[in-house]
Amino acid sequence: MSTPRTSVASGESVVLANVSRRRFLEGLSLGGLVLAVGMPSAARAQEPKKFGRDGMPNGWTDNPLAFVSIAEDGTVSIVCHRSEMGQGIRTGMPMIVADELEADWKRVRVVQAPGDEKKYGNQDTDGSRSTRHFFEPMRYCGAAARTMLEAAAAERWKVPVSEVAAKNHEVVHGPTGRKLGYGAVAKAAATQPVPARASLRLKDSKDFRYIGKGELKLVDGMDIATGKAKYGIDTRLPGMLYAVVARPPVLGGKATSVDDAEALKVPGVVKVVQIDPSAPPAHFNPLGGVAVLARNTFAAMRGRQALKIVWDDGPNASYDSTAYKAKLEESARKPAKVVRNDGDFDKAAAGASKRLEAEYYIPHLAHATMEPPAAAARITNGKCEVWGCFQSPQAARDLVAKRLGMSADDVTVHVTLLGGGFGRKSKPDFGIEAAVLSKAMGGKPVKVTWTRDDDLHNSYYHTVSVEHLEAGVNEWGTPVAWLHRTVAPTIISTFNVEAKNEAPLELGMGVINVPFAIPNVRIENPEAIAHTRIGWFRSVSNIPHAFAIQSFVAELAAAAGRDPKDFLLDVIGEPRVVSPEKLGDTWNHGESPERYPVDTGRLRRVIDVAAYAAGWGKQQLPKGQGMGIAGHYSFVSYIAAVVQVAVDPKGVLTIPRVDVAVDCGPTVNPDRIRSQMEGATVMGVGVATLGEISYKNGRVEQNNFDSYQVTRMTGAPKEIRVHIIPSDDYSKPMGGVGEPGVPPIPPALCNAIFAATGKRIRRLPIRDQLTV
Amino acid sequence: MVTLDINGKRQNVDVPGETPLLWALRDEIGLTGSKFGCGMALCGACTVHVDGQPVRSCITPISVVANKKVVTIEAVGADPVGRALQAAWVDVGVPQCGYCQAGQIMSAAALLKRTPNPTDAQIDEAMDGNICRCGTYTRIRAAIKQAAAKGGAR
Repeated sequence: MSTPRTSVASGESVVLANVSRRRFLEGLSLGGLVLAVGMPSAARAQEPKKFGRDGMPNGWTDNPLAFVSIAEDGTVSIVCHRSEMGQGIRTGMPMIVADELEADWKRVRVVQAPGDEKKYGNQDTDGSRSTRHFFEPMRYCGAAARTMLEAAAAERWKVPVSEVAAKNHEVVHGPTGRKLGYGAVAKAAATQPVPARASLRLKDSKDFRYIGKGELKLVDGMDIATGKAKYGIDTRLPGMLYAVVARPPVLGGKATSVDDAEALKVPGVVKVVQIDPSAPPAHFNPLGGVAVLARNTFAAMRGRQALKIVWDDGPNASYDSTAYKAKLEESARKPAKVVRNDGDFDKAAAGASKRLEAEYYIPHLAHATMEPPAAAARITNGKCEVWGCFQSPQAARDLVAKRLGMSADDVTVHVTLLGGGFGRKSKPDFGIEAAVLSKAMGGKPVKVTWTRDDDLHNSYYHTVSVEHLEAGVNEWGTPVAWLHRTVAPTIISTFNVEAKNEAPLELGMGVINVPFAIPNVRIENPEAIAHTRIGWFRSVSNIPHAFAIQSFVAELAAAAGRDPKDFLLDVIGEPRVVSPEKLGDTWNHGESPERYPVDTGRLRRVIDVAAYAAGWGKQQLPKGQGMGIAGHYSFVSYIAAVVQVAVDPKGVLTIPRVDVAVDCGPTVNPDRIRSQMEGATVMGVGVATLGEISYKNGRVEQNNFDSYQVTRMTGAPKEIRVHIIPSDDYSKPMGGVGEPGVPPIPPALCNAIFAATGKRIRRLPIRDQLTV
Repeated sequence: MVTLDINGKRQNVDVPGETPLLWALRDEIGLTGSKFGCGMALCGACTVHVDGQPVRSCITPISVVANKKVVTIEAVGADPVGRALQAAWVDVGVPQCGYCQAGQIMSAAALLKRTPNPTDAQIDEAMDGNICRCGTYTRIRAAIKQAAAKGGAR
């Protein structure tokens, strides 16, 4: 049993496929993995700036021949080219195609695309982008396939195509009422020319059958509930060896001596293979180390325990979280590189009635996906196949090819389900490990499984940050001057060891583009040197930025003796549309500043909706209970949360209820928007209460879920109510959903704790800070 | 060689008796529905039933279960409680990534067999050993209650 998924071209009795296809994207193959995190490349700088899906490596396509095939029995296969990691994209993306195609969902099957961006367009499943970038192409894709079916039926009947309309898996000739099933015309439809986009007629949104309804069950739901669903770690290939790898415990370290004599004596162990370390920068490359290959995973784990390895820890051997925190604090208290400067902070602060300041700390975090990284590979006849839980299958393909010295055309990357992603699985280092080991074994299939220790010890961590805020307030306590110094090692350091400042993509996550009605604003960014692999973690730098900003506004409200919600709305100011460029945000989540400006009216509205739904200010809560509020704009969506907490006399925290209001523009699958908000709320609670990766002597101190705790059922909110701002105008821009639910939760929670207890939390995680 | 009774079928596995049941199931027998999450009974993703009791297969040596009936997620649907839970999981739309859900359903099935109409506190207690990193807890609770409510029909 193995997990390869049928590609369209090799599907059975598929007829609408393999026809020469349009190429929208010739010349658009920019490649460049760093682009995926939003860094402009030299090649790109010379072109006019492209936004949204146009700006992504390998862009997009709406070619129906790449995505849709129809069998003679009428089964419609729709390709999902984005990776499924819990956001429901294998349901949502094909649903868009099916709706425009007038396909009956019961007769649709979903086919997962391998990594092939030339064929499918960009596949980097991160940045909360899938629906906002591909809604329109998938609609055109479905409409084009529908039009081809209509044209084929018109030819068959020798009637004008204008008299033919597709409806619920049939084409109908209006004047005579004649009908043909999709299967009956599929073959003829496949020979029709793909119609030009401009000629296509999209459905009126009132005629949508699936889009915006939230009525379809998950395509993988029953497979998941019955244990049939296949993840990367479930890959099984004939004759496959199982591998675990001892990796350097410190970034930049390497093995100086390896004694594998005892390991080779462990029953089931077949071979020990060294993996060469990769030269810096870390990029997505394997860390190197010593692999033990065995007949099953447990034997490989036992073999690894028996290895005797001496490590040279290299330049990061002294990385220590306590010392590093002190260093960040020192940097945060001194003037530094100014990245936004409105008015004159110093002058305004000097003339203010009162000055306040506060500092906030958030440690490193690990994604700790329930499925640890895992991938399998084999090489036959000079071609390599890889199976794994990849968020960026094209990156896996390109880097496997590079490492093995092959052409990417000779590498196939099959994308399994992902047992959680959260950004970790954007980095395909584990897939490269599998390919390297297969090569070392003469092409034999090898699966690499990361244990939980491996996952926590060798991840791409969320950064660690100190956020220093100062405000000068007027006689009513309203801020007239705002200083924010944000200091954190940058993600860019993973791609360029010299990088010491936050990049536009990090500053643009809620710190530089803070849309407050404050005339004097200065944002500064001191340097920080990375000593571990820094990567993106669900909602990325929005986490520390929102925590600091939304906590500080609540602190200012308390100092002014005002209601935190009213005060927050006042600080945001009147509803207005602000250009991101005016805020110094050159990144804007990769989106056009004209199409995606910052709309404070939308931010105000989600705050109002969350507050109203939660009964803000309507009830006197008993002693030890409180509500907190926070609102944050990220991934071009607007989210606010009201968290209600209870803190008992011993300091035990429970969360009876959370209300989340989300404005992500028009919606495709509301039930999955709700589930993403629910999950983001729980993850936000985990970040606030429990999550911490710390280092001593360069090594991560946490090993498993005992020392790296995540939220369990008892620590999770008892009730999460999600309020989606309705929008049925599908010409309006869509916002992200997967990530933006996280950032408001830690500050809303800490603001609630303040309301309940008077204790202000400025250092995460809360852990035992409430214990009396 | 150890002989196991997995989902009513006898299976011979030629690995040392200390090998955890999880790896015998996944790598030797080919039943990959039970998941690896921690290897230390900390997350519950590997939960199976041994003689009707929920156990963490990642720390349970095969030598210990040699003469016992093991039921995994692949077969729990043969039982009305398991089937009701699976249906509720789909209906409520519990799964996000889905990776932990086999273990969640196995823990929930053991709970409902013991306590057909659990309170919130009983659900919390039975399910607290099962981590869901996607955070589907409120829906897990709702699905358990839905399955319990339909329990009268079984």
